[in-house]
Amino acid sequence: MLKRTALFEEHLNLKGKMVDFGGWELPVQYSGVLAEHTAVRTACGIFDVSHMGEIFVEGAGSAEFVNFLITNDVSVLSIEQAQYSAMCNAQGGIVDDLVIYKLGHEKFLLVVNASNTDKDFAHIQSVLAQYPGAKPKVTNQSAQYSQIAVQGPKAEAILQGLTETRLSEIKTYWCKEGKILGTPAIIARTGYTGEDGFEIYLSWSEAPKVWRALLETGSAEGLLPCGLGARDTLRLEMKYALYGHELTDESNPLEVGLAWVTKLQKNSDFVGKSAISALKQSGPKKALVGIRSLGRGIPRQGYEVYAADRTTRVGQVTSGTSSPSLKTPIGIVWIDKAHEAVGTKLFVKVREEFQESEVVKTPFYKK
Amino acid sequence: MSYPQNLKYTKDHEWAELTSDTQMKIGITDHAQSALGDIVYLDLPKVGRELKAHETFGVVESIKAVSDLYSPIQGKVAQANSDLASEPSKLNTEPHQSWMIVLEASDAKAQFQTLMSADEYSAYVKTL
Repeated sequence: MLKRTALFEEHLNLKGKMVDFGGWELPVQYSGVLAEHTAVRTACGIFDVSHMGEIFVEGAGSAEFVNFLITNDVSVLSIEQAQYSAMCNAQGGIVDDLVIYKLGHEKFLLVVNASNTDKDFAHIQSVLAQYPGAKPKVTNQSAQYSQIAVQGPKAEAILQGLTETRLSEIKTYWCKEGKILGTPAIIARTGYTGEDGFEIYLSWSEAPKVWRALLETGSAEGLLPCGLGARDTLRLEMKYALYGHELTDESNPLEVGLAWVTKLQKNSDFVGKSAISALKQSGPKKALVGIRSLGRGIPRQGYEVYAADRTTRVGQVTSGTSSPSLKTPIGIVWIDKAHEAVGTKLFVKVREEFQESEVVKTPFYKK
Repeated sequence: MSYPQNLKYTKDHEWAELTSDTQMKIGITDHAQSALGDIVYLDLPKVGRELKAHETFGVVESIKAVSDLYSPIQGKVAQANSDLASEPSKLNTEPHQSWMIVLEASDAKAQFQTLMSADEYSAYVKTL
Protein backbone atom coordinates (compact mmCIF):
# COMPACT_ATOMS: atom_id res chain seq x y z
CA MET A 1 0.00 0.00 0.00
CA LEU A 2 1.44 3.33 -1.06
CA LYS A 3 1.63 6.14 1.47
CA ARG A 4 -0.55 9.17 0.88
CA THR A 5 -0.09 12.77 1.97
CA ALA A 6 -2.78 14.93 3.58
CA LEU A 7 -3.36 16.44 0.12
CA PHE A 8 -4.18 13.18 -1.67
CA GLU A 9 -7.84 14.07 -2.21
CA GLU A 10 -6.84 17.51 -3.48
CA HIS A 11 -4.62 15.91 -6.11
CA LEU A 12 -7.44 13.69 -7.30
CA ASN A 13 -9.83 16.65 -7.49
CA LEU A 14 -7.24 18.53 -9.56
CA LYS A 15 -6.90 15.51 -11.88
CA GLY A 16 -3.30 14.93 -10.88
CA LYS A 17 -1.71 11.94 -12.60
CA MET A 18 -0.72 9.84 -9.61
CA VAL A 19 2.44 7.72 -9.57
CA ASP A 20 4.49 5.69 -7.11
CA PHE A 21 7.39 7.89 -5.99
CA GLY A 22 9.58 6.09 -3.48
CA GLY A 23 6.55 4.45 -1.88
CA TRP A 24 4.40 7.60 -1.96
CA GLU A 25 1.39 8.11 -4.20
CA LEU A 26 2.01 11.59 -5.60
CA PRO A 27 1.10 13.57 -8.74
CA VAL A 28 3.73 13.55 -11.49
CA GLN A 29 1.74 16.27 -13.22
CA TYR A 30 -1.65 17.99 -13.41
CA SER A 31 -1.92 20.17 -16.53
CA GLY A 32 1.45 19.12 -17.97
CA VAL A 33 5.13 19.37 -17.13
CA LEU A 34 5.82 22.21 -19.59
CA ALA A 35 2.92 24.38 -18.40
CA GLU A 36 3.76 23.77 -14.76
CA HIS A 37 7.47 24.41 -15.28
CA THR A 38 6.70 27.69 -17.06
CA ALA A 39 4.27 28.76 -14.34
CA VAL A 40 7.06 28.48 -11.76
CA ARG A 41 9.57 30.37 -13.93
CA THR A 42 7.13 33.19 -14.76
CA ALA A 43 4.48 33.31 -12.02
CA CYS A 44 4.03 30.71 -9.30
CA GLY A 45 3.64 27.00 -8.70
CA ILE A 46 2.71 25.05 -5.60
CA PHE A 47 4.04 21.58 -4.84
CA ASP A 48 2.97 19.02 -2.26
CA VAL A 49 6.28 17.93 -0.78
CA SER A 50 4.79 16.46 2.37
CA HIS A 51 6.62 13.20 1.68
CA MET A 52 9.88 14.89 2.73
CA GLY A 53 11.11 13.87 6.17
CA GLU A 54 11.25 16.18 9.19
CA ILE A 55 13.71 15.20 11.92
CA PHE A 56 14.12 17.43 14.97
CA VAL A 57 17.24 17.68 17.12
CA GLU A 58 16.55 19.52 20.37
CA GLY A 59 18.03 20.17 23.78
CA ALA A 60 21.45 20.62 25.28
CA GLY A 61 24.25 19.67 22.91
CA SER A 62 22.11 19.99 19.73
CA ALA A 63 24.41 22.36 17.89
CA GLU A 64 27.51 20.26 18.59
CA PHE A 65 25.74 17.03 17.67
CA VAL A 66 24.34 18.38 14.38
CA ASN A 67 27.80 19.63 13.50
CA PHE A 68 29.19 16.15 14.19
CA LEU A 69 26.50 14.65 11.95
CA ILE A 70 26.84 16.83 8.86
CA THR A 71 29.57 18.08 6.54
CA ASN A 72 28.62 21.76 6.59
CA ASP A 73 29.00 23.97 9.66
CA VAL A 74 25.94 25.01 11.67
CA SER A 75 28.07 26.93 14.17
CA VAL A 76 27.91 29.90 11.78
CA LEU A 77 24.08 29.95 11.73
CA SER A 78 21.90 32.45 13.52
CA ILE A 79 18.47 31.48 14.82
CA GLU A 80 16.02 31.37 11.85
CA GLN A 81 18.81 30.69 9.38
CA ALA A 82 18.93 27.67 7.08
CA GLN A 83 21.78 25.72 5.52
CA TYR A 84 22.15 23.03 2.86
CA SER A 85 24.45 20.14 3.72
CA ALA A 86 25.40 16.53 3.16
CA MET A 87 25.32 13.87 5.86
CA CYS A 88 27.93 11.15 5.40
CA ASN A 89 28.72 7.69 6.66
CA ALA A 90 32.13 6.78 8.12
CA GLN A 91 33.44 5.98 4.62
CA GLY A 92 32.59 9.50 3.45
CA GLY A 93 29.65 8.25 1.35
CA ILE A 94 26.56 10.43 1.30
CA VAL A 95 23.73 9.08 3.45
CA ASP A 96 21.56 12.00 2.34
CA ASP A 97 21.55 15.66 1.44
CA LEU A 98 19.41 17.88 3.60
CA VAL A 99 18.39 21.37 4.63
CA ILE A 100 18.96 22.32 8.26
CA TYR A 101 16.89 25.04 9.91
CA LYS A 102 18.14 26.52 13.15
CA LEU A 103 14.86 27.21 14.94
CA GLY A 104 16.27 27.96 18.39
CA HIS A 105 19.49 28.13 20.33
CA GLU A 106 19.34 24.34 20.80
CA LYS A 107 16.68 23.36 18.27
CA PHE A 108 17.26 22.22 14.70
CA LEU A 109 14.94 20.92 12.01
CA LEU A 110 16.57 18.55 9.50
CA VAL A 111 14.57 18.17 6.29
CA VAL A 112 15.58 15.00 4.47
CA ASN A 113 14.58 13.09 1.35
CA ALA A 114 11.37 11.09 1.62
CA SER A 115 12.80 7.76 0.52
CA ASN A 116 15.74 8.19 2.90
CA THR A 117 13.84 9.27 6.01
CA ASP A 118 13.90 5.90 7.77
CA LYS A 119 17.50 5.24 6.76
CA ASP A 120 18.52 8.71 7.92
CA PHE A 121 16.74 8.41 11.24
CA ALA A 122 18.40 5.05 11.91
CA HIS A 123 21.78 6.50 10.90
CA ILE A 124 21.33 9.49 13.21
CA GLN A 125 20.34 7.27 16.11
CA SER A 126 23.36 5.03 15.62
CA VAL A 127 25.67 8.05 15.44
CA LEU A 128 24.02 9.40 18.59
CA ALA A 129 24.51 6.10 20.42
CA GLN A 130 28.28 6.34 19.92
CA TYR A 131 28.45 10.10 20.31
CA PRO A 132 30.67 11.01 23.28
CA GLY A 133 29.22 14.48 23.98
CA ALA A 134 25.93 15.64 25.47
CA LYS A 135 23.09 13.77 23.78
CA PRO A 136 20.20 15.86 22.47
CA LYS A 137 16.70 14.53 21.79
CA VAL A 138 16.20 13.32 18.20
CA THR A 139 12.66 12.75 16.92
CA ASN A 140 11.26 11.80 13.54
CA GLN A 141 8.16 14.00 13.16
CA SER A 142 7.62 13.35 9.46
CA ALA A 143 4.12 11.98 10.03
CA GLN A 144 2.98 15.15 11.77
CA TYR A 145 4.25 17.61 9.17
CA SER A 146 2.99 18.53 5.76
CA GLN A 147 5.16 20.61 3.48
CA ILE A 148 3.98 22.86 0.67
CA ALA A 149 6.47 24.58 -1.62
CA VAL A 150 5.29 27.90 -3.08
CA GLN A 151 7.75 28.81 -5.82
CA GLY A 152 8.11 31.50 -8.45
CA PRO A 153 8.44 35.27 -8.85
CA LYS A 154 4.89 35.82 -7.57
CA ALA A 155 5.25 33.47 -4.59
CA GLU A 156 5.75 36.20 -2.02
CA ALA A 157 2.76 38.28 -3.16
CA ILE A 158 0.46 35.25 -3.22
CA LEU A 159 1.55 33.76 0.10
CA GLN A 160 1.47 37.19 1.78
CA GLY A 161 -2.31 37.16 1.34
CA LEU A 162 -2.55 34.25 3.77
CA THR A 163 -0.23 35.36 6.56
CA GLU A 164 0.53 38.31 8.82
CA THR A 165 4.21 37.40 8.93
CA ARG A 166 6.02 39.99 6.83
CA LEU A 167 7.51 37.80 4.14
CA SER A 168 9.69 40.57 2.71
CA GLU A 169 11.65 40.42 5.96
CA ILE A 170 12.60 36.78 5.42
CA LYS A 171 15.82 36.65 3.43
CA THR A 172 16.81 33.77 1.15
CA TYR A 173 17.76 30.74 3.26
CA TRP A 174 16.14 32.18 6.37
CA CYS A 175 12.83 31.28 8.01
CA LYS A 176 10.30 32.47 10.55
CA GLU A 177 7.76 30.70 12.70
CA GLY A 178 4.40 32.34 12.09
CA LYS A 179 0.84 31.56 11.13
CA ILE A 180 -0.81 30.85 7.81
CA LEU A 181 -4.60 31.20 7.92
CA GLY A 182 -4.28 31.03 11.69
CA THR A 183 -2.34 27.75 11.62
CA PRO A 184 1.17 27.67 13.12
CA ALA A 185 3.76 27.19 10.38
CA ILE A 186 7.46 27.42 9.73
CA ILE A 187 7.79 29.71 6.72
CA ALA A 188 11.16 29.32 5.00
CA ARG A 189 12.53 31.19 2.01
CA THR A 190 14.04 28.05 0.51
CA GLY A 191 13.29 25.87 -2.48
CA TYR A 192 14.43 23.45 -5.14
CA THR A 193 13.51 25.32 -8.32
CA GLY A 194 15.99 28.17 -8.73
CA GLU A 195 13.18 30.67 -8.28
CA ASP A 196 12.36 32.85 -5.32
CA GLY A 197 9.81 31.20 -3.09
CA PHE A 198 8.91 29.54 0.16
CA GLU A 199 8.65 26.14 1.74
CA ILE A 200 6.05 25.99 4.48
CA TYR A 201 5.94 23.35 7.18
CA LEU A 202 2.62 22.92 8.93
CA SER A 203 0.50 20.35 10.65
CA TRP A 204 -0.74 17.46 8.53
CA SER A 205 -4.41 18.18 9.20
CA GLU A 206 -4.23 21.88 8.24
CA ALA A 207 -2.51 21.37 4.88
CA PRO A 208 -5.65 20.99 2.70
CA LYS A 209 -7.10 24.32 3.78
CA VAL A 210 -3.83 26.15 3.05
CA TRP A 211 -3.41 24.34 -0.28
CA ARG A 212 -6.93 25.32 -1.39
CA ALA A 213 -6.44 28.93 -0.28
CA LEU A 214 -3.20 29.16 -2.27
CA LEU A 215 -4.98 27.89 -5.38
CA GLU A 216 -7.83 30.31 -4.85
CA THR A 217 -5.63 33.36 -4.22
CA GLY A 218 -3.03 32.51 -6.81
CA SER A 219 -4.93 31.27 -9.84
CA ALA A 220 -5.68 34.82 -11.04
CA GLU A 221 -1.90 35.41 -10.90
CA GLY A 222 -1.13 32.36 -13.01
CA LEU A 223 -0.43 29.97 -10.14
CA LEU A 224 -0.61 26.28 -11.06
CA PRO A 225 -0.43 23.17 -8.91
CA CYS A 226 2.79 21.40 -9.95
CA GLY A 227 3.82 17.76 -9.83
CA LEU A 228 7.04 15.83 -9.49
CA GLY A 229 7.74 16.12 -13.22
CA ALA A 230 8.12 19.90 -13.11
CA ARG A 231 9.96 19.68 -9.80
CA ASP A 232 12.53 17.50 -11.56
CA THR A 233 12.97 19.67 -14.67
CA LEU A 234 13.22 22.83 -12.55
CA ARG A 235 15.92 21.41 -10.28
CA LEU A 236 17.75 19.90 -13.24
CA GLU A 237 17.98 23.29 -15.00
CA MET A 238 19.73 24.53 -11.84
CA LYS A 239 21.93 21.40 -11.60
CA TYR A 240 20.63 20.75 -8.11
CA ALA A 241 21.51 17.23 -7.04
CA LEU A 242 18.81 14.62 -6.50
CA TYR A 243 19.51 11.71 -4.18
CA GLY A 244 19.47 8.43 -6.11
CA HIS A 245 20.64 10.21 -9.26
CA GLU A 246 23.63 12.44 -8.48
CA LEU A 247 24.10 11.30 -4.88
CA THR A 248 24.35 7.80 -3.41
CA ASP A 249 25.70 6.05 -0.34
CA GLU A 250 28.94 5.56 -2.30
CA SER A 251 29.47 9.12 -3.50
CA ASN A 252 32.03 11.28 -1.78
CA PRO A 253 30.95 14.93 -1.52
CA LEU A 254 34.22 16.07 -3.15
CA GLU A 255 33.42 14.04 -6.27
CA VAL A 256 29.80 15.15 -6.70
CA GLY A 257 30.08 18.92 -6.51
CA LEU A 258 29.45 19.25 -2.77
CA ALA A 259 32.87 20.53 -1.69
CA TRP A 260 31.20 23.88 -1.00
CA VAL A 261 29.16 22.32 1.82
CA THR A 262 32.03 20.20 3.15
CA LYS A 263 33.86 22.15 5.84
CA LEU A 264 36.98 20.15 6.64
CA GLN A 265 38.32 23.19 8.52
CA LYS A 266 35.36 23.55 10.89
CA ASN A 267 36.01 23.50 14.57
CA SER A 268 34.70 19.97 15.13
CA ASP A 269 35.13 16.44 13.96
CA PHE A 270 32.31 14.96 11.86
CA VAL A 271 31.24 11.58 10.54
CA GLY A 272 33.16 10.81 7.36
CA LYS A 273 35.78 13.52 7.85
CA SER A 274 38.85 11.28 7.75
CA ALA A 275 37.73 9.55 4.54
CA ILE A 276 36.88 12.87 2.89
CA SER A 277 40.20 14.40 4.02
CA ALA A 278 42.07 11.43 2.59
CA LEU A 279 40.37 11.91 -0.77
CA LYS A 280 41.21 15.59 -0.67
CA GLN A 281 44.87 14.64 -0.12
CA SER A 282 44.99 12.10 -2.94
CA GLY A 283 42.83 14.26 -5.22
CA PRO A 284 39.23 13.62 -6.33
CA LYS A 285 39.01 11.51 -9.50
CA LYS A 286 35.44 12.25 -10.55
CA ALA A 287 33.29 15.30 -11.09
CA LEU A 288 29.66 16.10 -11.71
CA VAL A 289 29.22 18.44 -14.67
CA GLY A 290 26.47 19.77 -16.90
CA ILE A 291 26.31 18.90 -20.59
CA ARG A 292 24.25 20.10 -23.50
CA SER A 293 23.48 17.92 -26.53
CA LEU A 294 24.67 19.34 -29.82
CA GLY A 295 21.87 17.42 -31.52
CA ARG A 296 18.40 16.17 -30.63
CA GLY A 297 19.36 13.12 -28.53
CA ILE A 298 18.26 13.44 -24.91
CA PRO A 299 20.65 12.16 -22.23
CA ARG A 300 18.90 9.97 -19.64
CA GLN A 301 19.99 8.47 -16.32
CA GLY A 302 22.32 5.52 -16.84
CA TYR A 303 23.40 6.32 -20.41
CA GLU A 304 27.13 5.86 -20.96
CA VAL A 305 29.40 8.83 -21.58
CA TYR A 306 32.48 8.59 -23.82
CA ALA A 307 35.44 10.83 -24.55
CA ALA A 308 35.90 12.59 -27.90
CA ASP A 309 37.43 9.39 -29.35
CA ARG A 310 34.02 7.68 -28.84
CA THR A 311 35.86 4.67 -27.39
CA THR A 312 37.05 5.61 -23.92
CA ARG A 313 34.22 5.39 -21.43
CA VAL A 314 34.57 8.32 -19.01
CA GLY A 315 31.34 8.19 -17.02
CA GLN A 316 27.60 8.13 -17.10
CA VAL A 317 24.53 10.33 -17.13
CA THR A 318 22.94 10.83 -13.71
CA SER A 319 19.96 12.95 -14.85
CA GLY A 320 18.78 14.33 -18.16
CA THR A 321 15.83 15.81 -19.92
CA SER A 322 14.75 18.20 -22.62
CA SER A 323 15.05 21.55 -20.85
CA PRO A 324 11.68 23.32 -20.96
CA SER A 325 13.30 26.75 -20.53
CA LEU A 326 16.21 26.30 -22.95
CA LYS A 327 14.39 24.03 -25.43
CA THR A 328 17.46 21.83 -25.72
CA PRO A 329 18.51 18.48 -24.26
CA ILE A 330 20.59 18.86 -21.08
CA GLY A 331 22.11 16.42 -18.66
CA ILE A 332 24.16 16.02 -15.53
CA VAL A 333 27.02 13.55 -15.98
CA TRP A 334 29.38 11.93 -13.51
CA ILE A 335 32.72 11.69 -15.28
CA ASP A 336 36.46 11.41 -14.86
CA LYS A 337 37.73 14.75 -13.66
CA ALA A 338 40.07 15.16 -16.63
CA HIS A 339 37.00 15.87 -18.78
CA GLU A 340 35.26 18.42 -16.59
CA ALA A 341 36.35 21.67 -18.28
CA VAL A 342 33.65 23.79 -19.91
CA GLY A 343 33.77 23.25 -23.67
CA THR A 344 35.02 19.66 -23.48
CA LYS A 345 33.38 17.48 -26.14
CA LEU A 346 31.80 14.28 -24.92
CA PHE A 347 29.65 11.61 -26.53
CA VAL A 348 26.59 10.19 -24.85
CA LYS A 349 25.46 6.80 -26.06
CA VAL A 350 21.76 7.33 -26.76
CA ARG A 351 20.52 3.88 -27.74
CA GLU A 352 22.75 2.91 -30.70
CA GLU A 353 24.00 6.39 -31.54
CA PHE A 354 26.71 8.61 -30.12
CA GLN A 355 25.22 12.00 -29.35
CA GLU A 356 27.85 14.71 -29.48
CA SER A 357 27.61 16.91 -26.40
CA GLU A 358 29.65 19.53 -24.64
CA VAL A 359 30.37 20.47 -21.07
CA VAL A 360 28.64 23.76 -20.25
CA LYS A 361 28.54 26.19 -17.36
CA THR A 362 25.89 25.57 -14.76
CA PRO A 363 23.27 26.37 -13.66
CA PHE A 364 21.98 25.68 -17.16
CA TYR A 365 19.24 28.24 -16.65
CA LYS A 366 19.91 31.84 -15.67
CA LYS A 367 17.41 34.66 -15.28
CA MET B 1 -11.23 10.21 -25.03
CA SER B 2 -12.78 9.23 -28.29
CA TYR B 3 -11.19 6.96 -30.87
CA PRO B 4 -12.06 7.46 -34.55
CA GLN B 5 -14.04 4.56 -35.97
CA ASN B 6 -12.09 4.49 -39.25
CA LEU B 7 -8.85 3.67 -37.45
CA LYS B 8 -7.70 0.34 -36.04
CA TYR B 9 -5.64 -0.02 -32.87
CA THR B 10 -3.08 -2.21 -31.10
CA LYS B 11 -2.33 -3.12 -27.51
CA ASP B 12 0.93 -1.20 -27.95
CA HIS B 13 -1.21 1.95 -28.33
CA GLU B 14 -0.56 2.55 -32.00
CA TRP B 15 -3.29 3.39 -34.47
CA ALA B 16 -3.43 2.45 -38.15
CA GLU B 17 -5.38 4.04 -40.98
CA LEU B 18 -5.80 2.12 -44.23
CA THR B 19 -5.13 4.59 -47.06
CA SER B 20 -5.18 2.06 -49.93
CA ASP B 21 -5.32 -1.72 -50.26
CA THR B 22 -1.54 -1.85 -49.79
CA GLN B 23 -0.71 1.09 -47.52
CA MET B 24 -1.51 2.35 -44.07
CA LYS B 25 -0.52 5.29 -41.88
CA ILE B 26 0.68 4.63 -38.35
CA GLY B 27 0.59 6.85 -35.28
CA ILE B 28 0.15 6.68 -31.53
CA THR B 29 -3.17 6.92 -29.70
CA ASP B 30 -4.58 9.63 -27.50
CA HIS B 31 -4.12 7.28 -24.55
CA ALA B 32 -0.41 6.89 -25.40
CA GLN B 33 0.27 10.62 -25.72
CA SER B 34 -1.59 11.31 -22.50
CA ALA B 35 0.39 8.68 -20.62
CA LEU B 36 3.67 10.07 -21.97
CA GLY B 37 3.01 13.75 -21.28
CA ASP B 38 4.71 16.57 -23.18
CA ILE B 39 6.43 14.94 -26.16
CA VAL B 40 9.77 16.45 -27.14
CA TYR B 41 11.48 13.91 -29.39
CA LEU B 42 10.57 11.51 -32.16
CA ASP B 43 12.95 9.15 -33.91
CA LEU B 44 11.67 7.53 -37.11
CA PRO B 45 13.01 4.70 -39.31
CA LYS B 46 14.57 5.10 -42.73
CA VAL B 47 12.33 4.71 -45.76
CA GLY B 48 12.70 1.22 -47.21
CA ARG B 49 13.21 -0.59 -43.92
CA GLU B 50 11.39 -3.90 -43.60
CA LEU B 51 9.49 -4.36 -40.35
CA LYS B 52 7.93 -7.39 -38.74
CA ALA B 53 4.72 -7.07 -36.76
CA HIS B 54 5.50 -5.83 -33.22
CA GLU B 55 9.04 -4.86 -34.22
CA THR B 56 10.39 -1.59 -32.82
CA PHE B 57 10.42 1.06 -35.55
CA GLY B 58 11.30 4.17 -33.58
CA VAL B 59 11.33 6.02 -30.30
CA VAL B 60 9.19 8.73 -28.80
CA GLU B 61 10.30 10.71 -25.76
CA SER B 62 8.45 13.02 -23.45
CA ILE B 63 10.10 15.24 -20.87
CA LYS B 64 9.91 12.35 -18.40
CA ALA B 65 9.92 9.12 -20.35
CA VAL B 66 11.34 7.16 -23.27
CA SER B 67 9.03 4.82 -25.16
CA ASP B 68 9.55 2.46 -28.09
CA LEU B 69 7.22 2.47 -31.09
CA TYR B 70 5.99 -0.88 -32.41
CA SER B 71 4.88 -1.73 -35.90
CA PRO B 72 1.26 -2.98 -35.95
CA ILE B 73 1.87 -5.12 -39.07
CA GLN B 74 4.56 -6.62 -41.26
CA GLY B 75 5.53 -4.25 -44.03
CA LYS B 76 8.01 -1.85 -45.55
CA VAL B 77 8.43 1.78 -44.52
CA ALA B 78 7.20 3.78 -47.56
CA GLN B 79 7.31 7.21 -45.92
CA ALA B 80 8.47 8.76 -42.64
CA ASN B 81 6.95 12.02 -41.45
CA SER B 82 10.00 14.24 -40.94
CA ASP B 83 7.77 17.31 -40.42
CA LEU B 84 6.31 15.61 -37.38
CA ALA B 85 9.79 14.72 -36.09
CA SER B 86 10.67 18.42 -36.10
CA GLU B 87 7.42 19.31 -34.33
CA PRO B 88 6.70 16.31 -32.08
CA SER B 89 4.41 18.26 -29.72
CA LYS B 90 1.70 17.74 -32.37
CA LEU B 91 1.50 14.19 -31.06
CA ASN B 92 0.00 15.69 -27.89
CA THR B 93 -2.40 18.10 -29.53
CA GLU B 94 -3.69 15.98 -32.44
CA PRO B 95 -2.57 12.39 -31.90
CA HIS B 96 -4.98 10.76 -34.35
CA GLN B 97 -4.06 13.14 -37.18
CA SER B 98 -0.30 12.94 -36.60
CA TRP B 99 0.96 10.03 -38.67
CA MET B 100 4.52 8.86 -38.12
CA ILE B 101 5.13 6.44 -40.97
CA VAL B 102 3.38 4.90 -43.96
CA LEU B 103 3.75 1.12 -44.14
CA GLU B 104 3.39 -0.81 -47.36
CA ALA B 105 2.44 -4.46 -47.73
CA SER B 106 0.65 -6.41 -50.48
CA ASP B 107 -1.74 -7.78 -47.85
CA ALA B 108 -2.07 -4.53 -45.88
CA LYS B 109 -5.87 -4.65 -46.00
CA ALA B 110 -6.02 -8.17 -44.59
CA GLN B 111 -3.53 -7.36 -41.83
CA PHE B 112 -5.49 -4.19 -41.02
CA GLN B 113 -8.63 -6.23 -40.39
CA THR B 114 -6.88 -8.26 -37.67
CA LEU B 115 -6.28 -5.14 -35.49
CA MET B 116 -8.62 -3.89 -32.75
CA SER B 117 -11.63 -1.73 -33.58
CA ALA B 118 -12.18 1.62 -31.86
CA ASP B 119 -14.69 0.03 -29.49
CA GLU B 120 -12.41 -2.88 -28.67
CA TYR B 121 -9.51 -0.51 -28.01
CA SER B 122 -11.63 1.79 -25.82
CA ALA B 123 -12.67 -1.23 -23.78
CA TYR B 124 -9.05 -2.42 -23.57
CA VAL B 125 -7.80 0.97 -22.34
CA LYS B 126 -10.40 0.93 -19.59
CA THR B 127 -8.90 -2.30 -18.22
CA LEU B 128 -5.44 -0.70 -17.78
